[in-house]
Amino acid sequence: MDTQITLRVDGADRPLTVDTRTSLLDAMRERLGATSAKKGCDHGQCGACTVLLDGRRVNSCLVLAVTAQGQEVTTSDGLAVDGQPHALHEAFVDHDAYQCGYCTPGQITSAAGVVAEARAGWPSAVTEDLVGDQVDLTDDEIRERMSGNLCRCAAYANIVPAVAEYATEQGVRA
Amino acid sequence: MTALSDRPTTHAPAVGSDVRRIDGPAKVRGRAPYAYEHELDSSPAFVAIVQSPVARGRVVSIDASAAEALPGVLAVLTHENAPRLGEVVEEIRVLQSATVQYAGEPVAAVVAETSEVARDAIGRVVVRYDSEAPDVVLSVDRDDLYAPEQLMAGFETDSVIGDVDAALAAAPVAVDVTYATPVQHNQPIEMHATVARWDGDVLRMWDANQGPHNLVPVLTSAFGITEDQLHVVSPYVGGAFGSKAFTHVHQLLAGMAARVTGRTVKLELTRQQMSSLVGHRTPTIQRLRLGAEADGTLTAISHEVVEHTSRNAEFAEQTATATRLLYAAPARRTTHRLARLDVPAPTIMRAPGETPGVYALESAMDELAVALGMDPVELRVHNEPARDPERDVPWSSRNLVACLRQGAERFGWAGRDPRPRVREVGRRLVGTGVAASTYPTRRRPSQCRIEAVPGKATVVSIDASDIGTGAWTALTQIAADALGVAMAEVDLRIGDSRLPKASGAGGSTGTTSWGPAIQAAAQALRERVHAEHGGQLPAGGVVVTGSSGPGEEVERFSMHAFGAHFAEVRVDRDTGEVRVPRMTSVFAAGRIVNATTARSQFLGGMTMGLSMALHEESVLDAVHGHFANHDLAEYHVATNADVGEMDISWLDEVDEHVNPLGAKGIGEIGIVGAAAAIGNAYWHATGRRVRDLPITPEAFFRGE
Amino acid sequence: MREFRYEKATDPAGAVATLTAAPEGAYLGGGTNLVDLMRLGVATPDVLVDVRQLTSTEVEDLPDGGLRIGAAVPNADLAAEPRVRERFPLLAQALLAGASGQLRNRATTGGNLLQRTRCTYFTDVTMPCNKRAPGSGCGAVAGYHRNLAVLGATNRGGDDGHTCIATHPSDMAVALRALDATVRVLGAEGERAVPIGELHRLPGEDPSRDTTLAHGELITAIDVPALPWATRSRYRKVRDRASYAFALVSVAAAMDLRGTGPDAVVADVRIALGGVAHVPWRATVAEDALRGGPATEEAFAAAVAAELAAADPLPENAFKLPMATNLVTRTLLQISGEARA
Repeated sequence: MDTQITLRVDGADRPLTVDTRTSLLDAMRERLGATSAKKGCDHGQCGACTVLLDGRRVNSCLVLAVTAQGQEVTTSDGLAVDGQPHALHEAFVDHDAYQCGYCTPGQITSAAGVVAEARAGWPSAVTEDLVGDQVDLTDDEIRERMSGNLCRCAAYANIVPAVAEYATEQGVRA
Repeated sequence: MTALSDRPTTHAPAVGSDVRRIDGPAKVRGRAPYAYEHELDSSPAFVAIVQSPVARGRVVSIDASAAEALPGVLAVLTHENAPRLGEVVEEIRVLQSATVQYAGEPVAAVVAETSEVARDAIGRVVVRYDSEAPDVVLSVDRDDLYAPEQLMAGFETDSVIGDVDAALAAAPVAVDVTYATPVQHNQPIEMHATVARWDGDVLRMWDANQGPHNLVPVLTSAFGITEDQLHVVSPYVGGAFGSKAFTHVHQLLAGMAARVTGRTVKLELTRQQMSSLVGHRTPTIQRLRLGAEADGTLTAISHEVVEHTSRNAEFAEQTATATRLLYAAPARRTTHRLARLDVPAPTIMRAPGETPGVYALESAMDELAVALGMDPVELRVHNEPARDPERDVPWSSRNLVACLRQGAERFGWAGRDPRPRVREVGRRLVGTGVAASTYPTRRRPSQCRIEAVPGKATVVSIDASDIGTGAWTALTQIAADALGVAMAEVDLRIGDSRLPKASGAGGSTGTTSWGPAIQAAAQALRERVHAEHGGQLPAGGVVVTGSSGPGEEVERFSMHAFGAHFAEVRVDRDTGEVRVPRMTSVFAAGRIVNATTARSQFLGGMTMGLSMALHEESVLDAVHGHFANHDLAEYHVATNADVGEMDISWLDEVDEHVNPLGAKGIGEIGIVGAAAAIGNAYWHATGRRVRDLPITPEAFFRGE
Repeated sequence: MREFRYEKATDPAGAVATLTAAPEGAYLGGGTNLVDLMRLGVATPDVLVDVRQLTSTEVEDLPDGGLRIGAAVPNADLAAEPRVRERFPLLAQALLAGASGQLRNRATTGGNLLQRTRCTYFTDVTMPCNKRAPGSGCGAVAGYHRNLAVLGATNRGGDDGHTCIATHPSDMAVALRALDATVRVLGAEGERAVPIGELHRLPGEDPSRDTTLAHGELITAIDVPALPWATRSRYRKVRDRASYAFALVSVAAAMDLRGTGPDAVVADVRIALGGVAHVPWRATVAEDALRGGPATEEAFAAAVAAELAAADPLPENAFKLPMATNLVTRTLLQISGEARA
């Protein structure tokens, strides 16, 4: 069932027609030409489609586009400001935290979410002190929190130091 | 420019330096275009595939009327109306007959204005089948096992030297053990995808593959067109690991759908379809028998492999071929037998042959070390052969012992207590294990064109493929050195069937094949400019080609990369959960072109080996014949949290025989043997020898 | 995916009215399970009523020291909620053990409870499944079932039309089951409170129904009653991967220990299991066996054994019994160790 909506993707309002069935991911990739977020499973099982939705990381394949009206959608491409790469972009390049690059935009938006969640004091499944209000993004914390993003090239051991570098810059890693 | 001078270049050599990926800035932002992301403005139509739930039978009738009536549906292709394909191998003769040979075989395809409508419509195509019970269970007791004519890559099916049974019977110490590896799926995160359009009689495809030229023979034959009428473009590929090497049914379906509708069409497989339509690693059952003197000297090696292939293809994986060269013994036997089952055709998956085969051999070597009461590192060192034991030729270079020694040092192997199940950290049993790795060094014919014009970046064109390997960067480095210019002065063009023909990415042959072709073209440029232009590049520029391929080294030497893996395993004694907190691996793989991307290649292989050891198994349903766990929630690949400290290093190995570059290929050596090191460490931790992968938590409870 | 009409209600009563009038419609919460199933053709609603931001996104204090959790509270927020982490650590741990950070950000509390049970034959529309297509048979009994139920399943060999060995996938629901939560539901007839033990149902003669909710009923909140000794509680999950995988077996447990040292007595205990049944499984047999008895490893193991006596495992999932025994025993030992310390 076609419907007119406006999505705000990477800072720009994008009016478009979608089917009510259209996912946010497909709306971007098939209808807006915004292909930074990738499709790796279409079922929330890989994380390649991760975007920030009003600042929170989500799987855009499981979000219906009609429900995302009025929300701010940020892809990895949108993390760049004035054409300048985001610190996570640079960290991923510096640490070779990818190979084929397909899961990478999702890894990067997810990492941005991880750091924001740590700043908010959110614990994880490996947090020792569940009631503490400070989170230290240790390597184990990063591994757990980034586990919703599969990387078949298996750059995990390079992704961890890339995220750690950014976490340190952001004051959430000792 | 200094490109053409014989004088030493003013630039530091790019090869061997630690250069970051040149495609990195585009990839991290998501701006590098993968197959599905091309032709965004062409109002494409979308293709969705109807698959057979029946594994063996025939289509009796297809009623597409409900699908065709759906607004937005442009066409429904079935075997009754689909364009006839020219000659192609049986396994990809899609929509050409009513016969169904595996669960998931396409029986119809819908083309629609949107992907949502196409997906909706496939559920409205009513297909009736005549079906028979499928036969999908592999076993060594089957009476229809057969010996193929030859194995993949031309290897002999069997190899028998000496009287193996007598040697085994006479051996003071022997092991006789059987290992099983399951079906595994490549699962690149980019699903196979093709965008296709006919511009008149020219077929254009933007496609996810391991080398556009790989597709050319199949697509030209299938669609009855010449090479000039085909253009395949694949600048970026989101992982492959073998599944994107060959042409599969979806590329043919996309070409057919584009022809029938006259539209640009996009076809992206679903993750679920990846289990049946793009191949899998064959399951294996491997009986290993090793005989040794009391001092560890091997006297007999027997490696008998049973594996499956499909009704519609003979895929004979060369599982035991590494056993022909890793160790020597007076009596040796390797055999391969196949069962033809009602399954989709298997395909290559990262180090086909070596990955399952060396897992079994190196696990058996560990069992032999235990039986001998000998350190497993020393057992391997003791049996190091001076020459290739099968071919009786020298090694171009072989540094397995050095890898074992350096790995043992880095890992802290010395003083290891060999007894199993005697170490605990908290509630976790701790063990360590080792395994050797090997992978053949090969190269394939490849051509390169160089266009040099004064004042411009030099255009280096070769139909190479970067599936994540780092080829964009490594080939730019090689070209820069060969031309004597800075990397920024090289304009590399790859991933396009209209570029000079080159081999595909696979078999760890990319850099070893493409690099020498680039070097040859650069040499041709230098010679041309000296001979015809007095050493000065003319204003109109110069275009040259160069080529490279395997030479006499193939006959003179046995050429292989080697490596050694060390793993620590911790097993929860309450729950059986297995973790690998650290691995140390050392490789001898010739010249390393780019330390950064090479390390990532080794890391990726090792981690995929860890994933194979602990997680990966595609389960064939014996009743229905389909892969039951066909998505990424059920087919587990390692997550970030499964991977601990990965210590990776390599030897500065100089091998002047293998190819002009001196590189051996690094894409596959990392996975080979990794699962054995982990399995051996699991035994050391628990005292339980698990002989069928993966080692999931229930392995700890078997027999209890 | 079937075409559907998208409706955004303005209040819960309006949502209930809309869905009650649409017999093939469904509520859309976070969508992390429903959209997945719709894309597979397993769920085929013709109307989606978006309730993601309709019910409360707040966690409120109840007078008794318990908490009222708005149905729209995202899983991630609930896990991070300080009062949950302090008063009900097993609930925070269960939430954090589930899915991924991305999914927890999107999934709602109400939606988490209403996840469909898990089985690869259910999610494959080309396969027989008594849950999805009643009477079509069960593919899992003779097929792939290592991750499926060992307790409370209807297992009569697959082809009786009722057989179902699916498991409930939620981690959070296991903790809420241990905590005796109450689910507040709004229907056309008004509000009602459903004890969580009565929300999910065993397959019985009708595996198509996972819960006892009537069509149109909307979860508005979940009340977690006070349980002072739940500060000593744990959720532990065994899974194939270190993260981002469903439970093979999980346990949510809390224990009230009286006395110290070897003479300590179990005054009260809560045990619920995940990954073993069609519902979050409350281990009442084990609890009864332990209450008033010693807090020893032997007592814990015997209690779990008593609970699992009714198990009916299949060849590929029989490992869940020793795994569950060890897991529960060790978890209770950890809790009692902390209590003694």
